[in-house]
Amino acid sequence: MGGRRAQEDLRVSVKKPIAGGTNGAVVVALPHPGTQRTRRLTRFLESERLLASLLLAPTVLLLGTFIAYPFVSGVWLSLSNTSVGNVGHFVGLKNFAKAWDDSIFQQAFRNTFFYTFWATIFKLALGMWLAMLLNRSFRGKRLVRASMLLPFIIPTVLSTFAWRWMFDPTFSVLNWLLFRTGFIVNKIPFLSDGVYGMWCAIAVNTWRGMPFFAITLLAGLQTINPDLHEAASLDGANGWQRFWHVTWPLLKPVTLVVVVFSIIQTFSDFQLIYVLTGGGPANATHLLATYAYQVGVATGLLGEGAAISLFMLPVLFVVVWVQLRYLRRLEGA
Amino acid sequence: MVIEKPWKRWVYFYIPLTVFLIGTLFPFYWMLITAIRPDAELYRSWRAVNNAPFWTLHPTLEHFRDLFEKTTFPHWLWNTFFIAVVSTGISLFCGLLAGYALARLKFPMAGALGTSIFVTYLVPPTLLFIPLADIIRNFQLGNTPWALILTYPTFLIPFCTWLLMGYFKTIPKELEECARIDGATRFGAMVRIIFPIAVPGILSAGIFAFTLSWNEFIYALVFLSSPERKTVPVGVVSEMIRGDIYFWGQLMAGALLGSIPVALVYSFFVEYYVTGLTGSVKG
Repeated sequence: MGGRRAQEDLRVSVKKPIAGGTNGAVVVALPHPGTQRTRRLTRFLESERLLASLLLAPTVLLLGTFIAYPFVSGVWLSLSNTSVGNVGHFVGLKNFAKAWDDSIFQQAFRNTFFYTFWATIFKLALGMWLAMLLNRSFRGKRLVRASMLLPFIIPTVLSTFAWRWMFDPTFSVLNWLLFRTGFIVNKIPFLSDGVYGMWCAIAVNTWRGMPFFAITLLAGLQTINPDLHEAASLDGANGWQRFWHVTWPLLKPVTLVVVVFSIIQTFSDFQLIYVLTGGGPANATHLLATYAYQVGVATGLLGEGAAISLFMLPVLFVVVWVQLRYLRRLEGA
Repeated sequence: MVIEKPWKRWVYFYIPLTVFLIGTLFPFYWMLITAIRPDAELYRSWRAVNNAPFWTLHPTLEHFRDLFEKTTFPHWLWNTFFIAVVSTGISLFCGLLAGYALARLKFPMAGALGTSIFVTYLVPPTLLFIPLADIIRNFQLGNTPWALILTYPTFLIPFCTWLLMGYFKTIPKELEECARIDGATRFGAMVRIIFPIAVPGILSAGIFAFTLSWNEFIYALVFLSSPERKTVPVGVVSEMIRGDIYFWGQLMAGALLGSIPVALVYSFFVEYYVTGLTGSVKG
């Protein structure tokens, strides 16, 4: 053991001759002092395998108990007719079939895709634009950047309440503003109409998530060498061409990762809808997560609720798979 | 850089940036102005002639007073803080050890384990809250802070591990080798050499984890039931709306006070937070 480690050290010092000569000589001359100690704990910790399993134990224990176990238990629940206070028995895929035929579920299912699609598009477009703006140098840049992130920091539930108040049917400041500036004569039914409600939720989600896109894309932009832009503009490329042929190709990797993260977050969103519309009016704005909550927790049908939330799994699976493949490719390169 | 005319700078830069800034910050301004506006002014129809919603001439603190006298808001604030700090601590501890192991040690299944931790990072809480509620009940943890302290790490640890693993990989191996040559054990080198160097990374992960726990909603909503045990987000949602009546002044006062601690932490550590944020996706 000690011999092998000494060899390793030697190899390192040969590779790095600056840190080198003397260190290498010391290693060869004196065996590692740690190995001479006979205390059991020390020896135990010197073994990479044992040390690794010790270091990873708390993480594996926690994630196993509160992720892997609930996951298995959720699959079991979804195949049973368990409800609160009632130990259920196996019913096969009945819960899934029941959900699939349920018109509210179908609406929630469609909504989830609709919501994710549009919110992600808007977040990407606006976030990219904001990142480009923030990538320029101007006075007060740090302050502006810091305050742009606020929607992302402040608890979503609390800021969504502010939005709900702004969309209030009777006291909406937005209606007041549009009325005073002459854009509308009658008030807009922001949250009292299903279609408007969905778009309002998308708007709030965009407002909240856009800074995340902007800041991560900004970090990507800052790694792009300005000389490339200089060269492109000397070659006569206009702003749009510079974006499309210089910035975008270099920014694509980080964009993909951000989009994947955002899709997962948006697709499984709960709190925003729960506070903004509560799934209403008339169940028109439910997402899978809020509907699963309504069935599983509010009504207490644990089996059916678990089945509804498991409908999210295939999409999440695809997204995670894309992400992992992409990471592999990065590591390979 | 590319030189441009002043009018272009206005059209393409100042005006869009101002619009972004107003759009981003207006809801917070609105929170503040609602919180200090007396009820008589608050509930005026959107078409009322005397309505001047953007400011108030009669600022009042009555909503804040009500918040403290009529609800258990101080309890919520403390609960949120306590839960966020303890779960962040647990997650940092686990993430630090796991991140080091994954970045530095060679052992069988290292790759598979790293991947599965990353996958748990992508599992959203809304997928698991129903079975988890069942498990929490079985463990007799329902309606205690421990229900959240033990479950928040499920989304914090993967993030901390991932971020710190990336950080450890940037620390040259030679530093550790030198310490070991000087007689340090592997464990000693990890604790005394590598962890101190990783302090900025730990701080980033900690700040980010703290804001995530402060923000969490669905677990807190499902696992807690008595009013004085709740966290700020859940308390504001469930205790301040009686029937169909929204007490908007109190609500906004609560939202404002519930946001300030996390905004303060953020403002002191913006750079670390941004590192955590960008690191959270880049790994």
